[in-house]
Parts: sequence; C-alpha cells; structure tokens
Amino acid sequence: MWTESLPFAKRFAHMTKQDKLSNSFRNQPDERGHFGQFGGRYVAETLMPLILDLEKHYRAAQADPAFAEEFDDLLEHYVGRPSPLYFAERLTEHVRKDAPEGKGAQIWFKRDELNHTGAHKINNCIGQILLAKRMGKTRIIAETGAGQHGVATATVCARFGLPCVIYMGATDIERQKPNIFRMRLLGAEVVPVTSGSATLKDAMNDALRDWVANVHDTFYIIGTAAGPHPYPELVRDFQSVIGREAREQMLARTGRLPDMLVAAIGGGSNAIGLFHPFLDDPDVEMLGIEAAGHGLEKEHAASLAGGKPGILHGNKTYLLQDEDGQIDEAHSISAGLDYPGIGPEHSWLKESGRVRYDSVTDTEALEGFQLLCSTEGIIPALEPSHAIAAVAREAVKMDRDQIILANLCGRGDKDIFTVAEALGTEI
Amino acid sequence: MTRLSNAFPTDRAALVAFVTGGDPTAADTGAILDALVEGGADIIELGMPFTDPMADGPAIQAANIRSLSTGTKTADILNIANAFRERHPTVPLVLMGYANPMTIRGADWFADACVKAGVDGVICVDIPVEEDDSLGDSLRAKDVAVIRLATPTTDAERLPEILNNASGFLYYVSVAGITGLQQAAQASIEEAVARLKAGTDLPVAVGFGVRTPEQAADIARVADGVVVGSAIVEIIAEHGAAAAPHVKDYVKSLSDAIRSAR
Repeated sequence: MWTESLPFAKRFAHMTKQDKLSNSFRNQPDERGHFGQFGGRYVAETLMPLILDLEKHYRAAQADPAFAEEFDDLLEHYVGRPSPLYFAERLTEHVRKDAPEGKGAQIWFKRDELNHTGAHKINNCIGQILLAKRMGKTRIIAETGAGQHGVATATVCARFGLPCVIYMGATDIERQKPNIFRMRLLGAEVVPVTSGSATLKDAMNDALRDWVANVHDTFYIIGTAAGPHPYPELVRDFQSVIGREAREQMLARTGRLPDMLVAAIGGGSNAIGLFHPFLDDPDVEMLGIEAAGHGLEKEHAASLAGGKPGILHGNKTYLLQDEDGQIDEAHSISAGLDYPGIGPEHSWLKESGRVRYDSVTDTEALEGFQLLCSTEGIIPALEPSHAIAAVAREAVKMDRDQIILANLCGRGDKDIFTVAEALGTEI
Repeated sequence: MTRLSNAFPTDRAALVAFVTGGDPTAADTGAILDALVEGGADIIELGMPFTDPMADGPAIQAANIRSLSTGTKTADILNIANAFRERHPTVPLVLMGYANPMTIRGADWFADACVKAGVDGVICVDIPVEEDDSLGDSLRAKDVAVIRLATPTTDAERLPEILNNASGFLYYVSVAGITGLQQAAQASIEEAVARLKAGTDLPVAVGFGVRTPEQAADIARVADGVVVGSAIVEIIAEHGAAAAPHVKDYVKSLSDAIRSAR
C-alpha cells in the first residue's frame, strides 16, 4: 500500500525537499500558525496553554511511527480506505451532450462518501481521537453543522470508549434529524444550541465555552480546517489522505494528473484535504466552491466572495460581517456549508492566487444533486452537490481529453428530507 | 493611563464594574455608567457588544444580543465613552471586548478612536500575547493601556510573557470558564494573587463569578481590585431602561463591603 514506504512525519508535515522551497504552496503555516496574514491563535488566555500543549503533542505524534501506524490501520480497516477513484462515465456523456464541439472533460470522483459514517469527516476524527488519547484526555466535545462531523466524532468516541458531547444549532437539529438519532445511538449527548442564529457558528461558540470550563480533561475535536493553530494544520494533515490517495490513484489509472480539482467549501476541510497534495503541481488547476445560498446578493454562505478578513473562532480569515465586525448569519440549504467563515489556508490560497474560488446557489446544488442521482446512481450529500454543479459548469468549457476530479465528500441519506421539501415532495 | 494608575487606592481595593455598552439601548448606557460611579465604582469597564462572545456566559451573551438588536454600533460605544469622559474627567474607563470589532478598521484606527473618546485602557478577550501585534503595538503607541488577563491555567513559565508589555492592571480571571457562572474558592484566589503579585508591580484585579458583597470583601482583603460584571448585567436585564437606581444600590453594597474589608 502507498503508506508503507512513507514515514508519517513526511506525509503529514511540510518536509519534502520541494516543500522547503520558498515558492512552495505547501510550507504553510509558519511557526506561529499563520498562513500569510491569516490563521493564528486568537483565543482566550485560559485556552492558550492548552493550545500550546496540543501543538507540542501533535509535533511528537508526527515524529512517532506508532502514531502513523495506528492511524493508517484504522483508516484501512475501520474507515475503509483507500476510497475508490471513480470515472463517472454517464455524467461525462450527459455533460458532453450540451458541450461545444470537442469540449466536455472526463469527470472523475474521489468517493469519500463511501467511508464509514458516510463522509470525509471520519478521517480527521480518527487522527484527533488518537491525539486525545496521547494527551490523556478523557472527555470529547465537538461542534457540528450537518451532523456529519458529530456522527464521525460520536463514532470514534464509541470506538475508543470516551464520553462525547456534541454541540449543534437548534436550527440544524431540525433539518438533520436522522443524524441526531445516529449520534444518540452511538452514545453521544447532543446539546441543542439556541444562541445567535442557532447554527454551526453558535455551536462552535458553545463548544469553546464548554472547553474553556473543562480544560483539565476535555479534548475538542474541531471538524473543519479552521480554529486556532494548530487545528487548521492538523485537520488538513489528517484530511490530506484524500488528495494523496487521489494523486496516486489517478497516476496509476491514467498515467497523468488531473487538470482540475473541484471541492465544496464550508470550513474547507475536504477541499484542503484534496488540494494540498497537489498544490505544487503547477498544471493542476483548483476550484473551491462556496455556497451561494439564495444568491450572492441575498443570503449566502460564501465568505470569500462576500466577506472580508476578520477574527473569529480562534483564527483570522475571511468572514461574512458588517462594517463594525459583527458576524452575519450565513445561509445555505446545506447545513454543512452554513458557516460565515472559512479555513485560514483557503483565505491564503485565494490571496496567493493558487486556488480559484467560485460559488453555487441552493437551486444549482439541488440540480447537481438530482443530476448525480439520475446519471450515476449515487445520492450525494448537499455539500458535494455544490461541487457537482460546478463540475458540470466547468467540464463543458474544458477539452474532451482533460480530466476534472471532484471530491464526493459525503453521501446524501441525511439530506433526503431537506431535498424532498425543497422539491415540494412529501416523503 | 494616569487615571488608571491613580484608581487603585493604597488602603483598599478598587471596585471595577462592567456593563455591556448599548444595553438595553445606547441611550440608556450613560445613566447606568453614572450609577456605577455614584454607587462607588472606581474603574468602569465598558463592554463592546459582539455577535459571538465566546468567553461569556448566558447573562453577558444576552446583554450583547439586547444591545446589538437595538442597533448599537461601534460609533455609539465610542460616543458613550466620550460623553462619560466629559461628565467624569477623573474616572478611568476601559473598553472590554473581542478582537474583531476592535480590529476591523485597523488597529491604528481603534487606538486613535480610544484616545479621542478618552478611553484609558483596553481588554481584548481573544488576543493572547501570541497575537499581541494585531492590536497591542498600536494601543501602546497612543499610551492606551493594554490590560492583560491571567487565568488558573497560566503557569509560572507563561506568566512573564503575559506581564511583558502589560499595563494598567492585571486582570485575574479566577475560574477556568465563562463569565458569570462559577465562583472560585477563596483559598485558590489568595494563592493566585500572591503568585501574580510576586511577578509584577501592576495592580491585580480579580473577577469572574463575583456576586455578593461578602465575596467582594473577601477578595478585597487580598487583591488590589474586584471586578463585577454579570451580576450588574442581570440587574439591567431585569429593569431595562429603568435600571440605573437599582444598579447604583447594588454597586453601593459592593463598594461598602470593599471599603470596610481591610
């Protein structure tokens, strides 16, 4: 397997020769956790010693072959990795029907929706619970939006026998009921958050409030590549398994690299996981898709398109906010993208120009959802449905011999009620 | 900053009183601040409301929401501070809040605004020393005190880093947690204050969870200042625009207790 020849530290840190080049896009963050002007550690003093301790333990874990071995073993035998790389033949044909002569790129998917628990979130949770164990923590907390990270966290807590408290916005609980039941089946306590907009950002506030009051025994498993350093880095490192596998699989199957990568972005963990291993491949274009909700002129969740840099939840990054720095409420049909910020590395990749960012509306995402159902027999989550809509849009502009690869970061079972409602159907 | 250094009497502890600016409306805050002074507060902590106050408990979260929902803007907070300065030329006032509203227009802009409004110091909850350059340099350049927080998790190794470039006073957050909920054991406060005072000449004020005159007096026996916030904010929640006399009575009970503590 691909893992055998590579020591963990070399996979997870920025340590290859090429990465040390000053022109590498893979040598972030700096030692203070900054990605250019973004990132950092904007937390209350109570949490600061804990954040520093987490970083110390993470560095030790990176250097420890036993940590790598356990992580790899769990990903292979518990999560079901590597996930397949799939050529979506009928979707490709469908897109080519409407494409100009000679246009219509081959569409491929990285099938992270086939992971145990049905999304990419589990990759990160495995890594973080192993860290929690190393640090001797005995209680786990997490925030969740769509419930996928909550389910993944509850899953690893059950697997390792640790008590688990999940903070979830009351609004999100309403639209993700199946996931609430899953978390409870797995033994987690789900705490409804009613403050603010009662969505993901408020769940994160309450998780931070819990953490600050329980620093002595509690590990906070953050679900996306955001928050105070070292979270954006370590979440990226754990999720980079997506891109490393995809790169290797694509080379093995086609003998070349893809021309374009596409991934949906809320906080951006599946996108950074896919993109990061390709960042220094200059011929691979990358496209991150934010949620445009009702439209960029109305309510949306596209922080890069409609926000500006600010400080929230431990990091500096693009945020939806007003002129006084008050945080705006985000909107997306997808609870997992419904967040007014974005991981700091994406803010940096946008400003550096390495990754292009665009957005897809609720309506377009619903079309993408149905398109994948009908052409490929795959029911995607609403989050990657945004990526699918963008893939259809981009593929018609690309040549037929080009390859576009999107991350199918979650399956849609949890979303069928939301989709039914949006389509005016009763289940 | 001189106002701040003069605010800690040598023979008793100072009373530091917190309210959220614009709660329940920006028009009501002036009278409430006056009530704090009349009740005997030595230092005013004016909270800048924020949509996501993640270090605060339910009482101050609700105050932030009340303030913002009645349309309080940063300009209103600065106007409240400026008007207070005109009415009370000698009473120190510090702004307390979160990084984003303070830095959104740039740190230099905020430091200038503080000077113009007669603000003596700033407590920013989510800018630890590691990120000091995103606000601290600008404030120090304008002689606005950068008031640092120490907590039960701040160990001996870290304390000197916090004290480096700190000014005004040192705010000891006596519980690991959010505002207004738990209270620390007196013994642990005494031990912590002794440890902090061994490391600095700055006055040490103790807060988080202080509610009763008895608690305030206990802390006043060992610390240079006592910070009370959530308990005052709860009175404002109960009485709204008519809160000022109730706030004054409550603050006076704290002040009396502190004045007779030693």
